Amino acid sequence: MIPLHYILFLSTALFFIGMYGLFTRRNIITILMSVELILNSVNINFIAFNKYLYPDRLEGLFFSLFIIAIAAAEAAVAIAIIINLYRNIRSVDVESADDMKF
Amino acid sequence: MPNTAYILLILLLPVFGFALLGLFGRRYTRGFSGVIGTALLFVSTLCALYVAYKYFSGNTGMPALRHTYTLFEAAWLSFGPDLSINMGVLIDPISAMMIVVVTVISLMVHVFSLGYMKGEERYSTYYAFLGLFTFSMLGLVLSSNIFETYIFWELVGVSSFLLIGFYYDRPTAVAAAKKAFIVTRFADLGFLIGILILSFQAHTLDFGRLINNLSSFEHSPFTEPPVFLGLPLVDWGLILVFIGGAGKSALFPLHIWLPDAMEGPTPVSALIHAATMVVAGVYLVARLYPLFTLTLDVQQVVLYVGAISALLAAVIACTQTDIKRVLAYSTMSQIGYMMFALGTYRLFPPSLVDPKIGFIGSMFHLFTHAFFKALLFLCAGVIIHLVHSNEMKDMGGLRKQLPLAHICFLIACLAISGIPPFSGFFSKEEILSAAWRADRFIYTIALFTSGLTAFYMFRLYFSVFWNKPATGHPHAQPLVESIPLVILAIGAAFAGFIPFSHLLIVGGHPSVHSSIGLNAVPPVLIALLGIGIAAWLYYKQSDRPQKAAAAFRGLYTAAYHKFYIDELYLFVTKKIIFNCIGRPAAWIDRNIVDGLMNGLATATARISATIKGIQSGRVQDYAWFFFVGIAGLAILFIYIVK
Repeated sequence: MIPLHYILFLSTALFFIGMYGLFTRRNIITILMSVELILNSVNINFIAFNKYLYPDRLEGLFFSLFIIAIAAAEAAVAIAIIINLYRNIRSVDVESADDMKF
Repeated sequence: MPNTAYILLILLLPVFGFALLGLFGRRYTRGFSGVIGTALLFVSTLCALYVAYKYFSGNTGMPALRHTYTLFEAAWLSFGPDLSINMGVLIDPISAMMIVVVTVISLMVHVFSLGYMKGEERYSTYYAFLGLFTFSMLGLVLSSNIFETYIFWELVGVSSFLLIGFYYDRPTAVAAAKKAFIVTRFADLGFLIGILILSFQAHTLDFGRLINNLSSFEHSPFTEPPVFLGLPLVDWGLILVFIGGAGKSALFPLHIWLPDAMEGPTPVSALIHAATMVVAGVYLVARLYPLFTLTLDVQQVVLYVGAISALLAAVIACTQTDIKRVLAYSTMSQIGYMMFALGTYRLFPPSLVDPKIGFIGSMFHLFTHAFFKALLFLCAGVIIHLVHSNEMKDMGGLRKQLPLAHICFLIACLAISGIPPFSGFFSKEEILSAAWRADRFIYTIALFTSGLTAFYMFRLYFSVFWNKPATGHPHAQPLVESIPLVILAIGAAFAGFIPFSHLLIVGGHPSVHSSIGLNAVPPVLIALLGIGIAAWLYYKQSDRPQKAAAAFRGLYTAAYHKFYIDELYLFVTKKIIFNCIGRPAAWIDRNIVDGLMNGLATATARISATIKGIQSGRVQDYAWFFFVGIAGLAILFIYIVK
């Protein structure tokens, strides 16, 4: 059986890849994809802990199912916002959407 | 008195009229407002007359002993077991007399205004204000508690303010209303402090118990009354209450608002500033008469303030040229008469059987004065409507054009001058005989004032109705303006025959009616002399008035400028109070109070200006802050706070 810390390394790597994408990408769709990576790293953590620490229980599995559902809803809302943003400023670059400031 | 609910009607009908006309008058009842107000007041007057009739005829067998009834008493504000402000209705001889005076004069003014104020833009508002005033004045005279009196006292002040400033588009009227309000409010401060001192001493606010407690307090040989600056505290309280009364009654030196108050509509001057409101101070002193007669010091304050006001106002009245101002000063002079009559009690020789003669004279004069002064003002209103000017020089020879006003004016002038058998003769005679028995110096002043009164009233009469050749035809006068004149003229002529001294005593001995005999000769003679001089100067146009003025140039100029009392007030307020108190206070307000607030605002603005760069508008920056914050919190709670 694969040791637990292998899986935790994987999820940590996935989390920081998502972080990197979130801070460095300029395209808002890429940023959305980075957020999905972060959420999935969390899902992996939930499943791993459930499997390795409490194999006779199901809370971790249910939690990740909820997160997947919410991520799907979030993606729908985010894409709707992005479409509106594009209609308004003809761009999906976050640098160009900086009207809301002092 | 069983079934006394109709007494409340006297009070409630005018205030109902006020509410009705004030709320709906302008929109719904425009043309009828006057009729509605007058009808309500008419019912109220009937009730008042009925109450007075029942009261004064109740025990004819014993004319001396009249009870004091307190009706409808209810605790309004209770401070503790022994001190509460009660609302009640008090019926005793003077309040029964006053409700008759107030309702009758007010009714006459209501009726007169139907014609006089017709076509005014704010006709309903005018009647609403008149209703408010009548209600407050009736409440003032009927209240059973000194604090209740104070509440109505202020209401009277407010309605007076509203009516003086009725023509609010005239700057002079606005200034006059403001002046009247400020001066009387200033005096009312004294009244309030006086009430607090008296109630603190007596542990009650109720009139009956207040008088009882304080009188027994004063007479007790075992307790030393508390003293402040050489005078007993009770005396200070009474003097402060008297200041309040002097402000409302326009006595020297708080009289400056009354002549200016003539900016209001003339019927209002007749009602408020001649017959009813300005005698509130006299009424207050009469209400607390057993207390005001306790010590000589308080009596002398009342006596001298009254006498000085009477004389000073009479001198000023001789030189004024505005018809309403002459009447205003004459009002002030007559109120001075009433007031000093109330101050004679302690000066009587102990042998005198009836020391209440001053009190009776004062109330009697209040009663008759209400009739002839209201009549004079209403006549002045008729004259002013015809001439469209207040100045005496624009009038003259009006006897053909205004025959009715001429007769009425003459009756009123004879009454105020004290010519028998008109009403003023009897009441003035009572006051003068009180003065004669009390103090010869005061008697001299009173006698001289009486001569001056005759002089200036007939100066007015001759300048308005004679002086120039009479021309023109009788001026058509509406019936609603004539009827009040006739009724008031009847009152002014015959009110003197009411046996007043039999009516006024509460629980005392019947007064020996002062037999009018030889002592009536000097006042009548001096009044006739005054009339003679007035006729010699003003009967025909001549240069005699100018010569007479030149002969007394110093006195004339001083009196013409009202002895510079207004200027003195202006000097004190503008130069001394504004410079020494107002300006430093303004400086503190502008620099210290405002500075503190402005400093706070500036600091906030600076700080926000320096840190607003954080809000860059870039989403990823915010994500960074968020991440750093979460990471910081995680480190904090995992490694540092265990």
